[in-house]
Amino acid sequence: MTVDITSRGGARVAQLSGEVDLERSPAVRRALLDALGAKAPLVVDLSGVSYIDSSGIASLVEAYQTARKQGTAFVLCAVSPAALRVMQLARLDKVFDIRATLDDALAAV
Amino acid sequence: MIRQAPHDPALLARLRVPAVPSSLRLVRRVVRESALIAGAPEAWADDLVLAVDEACQNVVRHGYAGGSGDLVVTLSRSPAGDGVVTEILDFAPPVDPARVRGRDLNDVRPGGLGVHFIEALCEEAGFAEPPEGAGNLFRMVKRFAKADDEG
Repeated sequence: MTVDITSRGGARVAQLSGEVDLERSPAVRRALLDALGAKAPLVVDLSGVSYIDSSGIASLVEAYQTARKQGTAFVLCAVSPAALRVMQLARLDKVFDIRATLDDALAAV
Repeated sequence: MIRQAPHDPALLARLRVPAVPSSLRLVRRVVRESALIAGAPEAWADDLVLAVDEACQNVVRHGYAGGSGDLVVTLSRSPAGDGVVTEILDFAPPVDPARVRGRDLNDVRPGGLGVHFIEALCEEAGFAEPPEGAGNLFRMVKRFAKADDEG
């Protein structure tokens, strides 16, 4: 699992890949909350996520709530089928702002 | 001590690992391959992987309460051949089943999803009587969809 944070225009982009599980979700949580510290819009690209569990979803929910509290945009994009399945089970696919591609997400923030 | 257990033709795999987060990847691999050997479709196997991972996480996170111990995952074909039975055994103090429950999905917050996933993905899930000397036995049954249930 890796999480890469880059800047694209005025937004931060977090690229998650691999298996986001109990062992690795603490690093994802820290990286997302650190990125939100810049108070810039945050786009999370989930195209490379092959597996995500409840702890990984919890990291996304915590980032989503932190972004809402501080009034910055938080958008997910290119959600892999494996990650989308889990979000649908948690009924979070209707809660998160999800865009088809990274470009769509950057245009939205 | 290792003893020869009576031959169980339904047994797919039995895996004993330390109850730590880094064990879960291995558990997931064994669950997935076992489900495929039992004849499960890929998407079904992926769902079982999530359910078993979440149940093992409950042991890793809460079971030993900061102490260390093992968990034993046993996967078998269901007696009717219509699914997979997964048993997760630990040696931790007994848990109160009433405290293990999912959250209301309308209440959007970070925790409490694991139990919901288990219940959504398995036809049966709950604590069973553990063998003597063990702590807790969590048993899950996931059945293949009947042909007329597909779609």
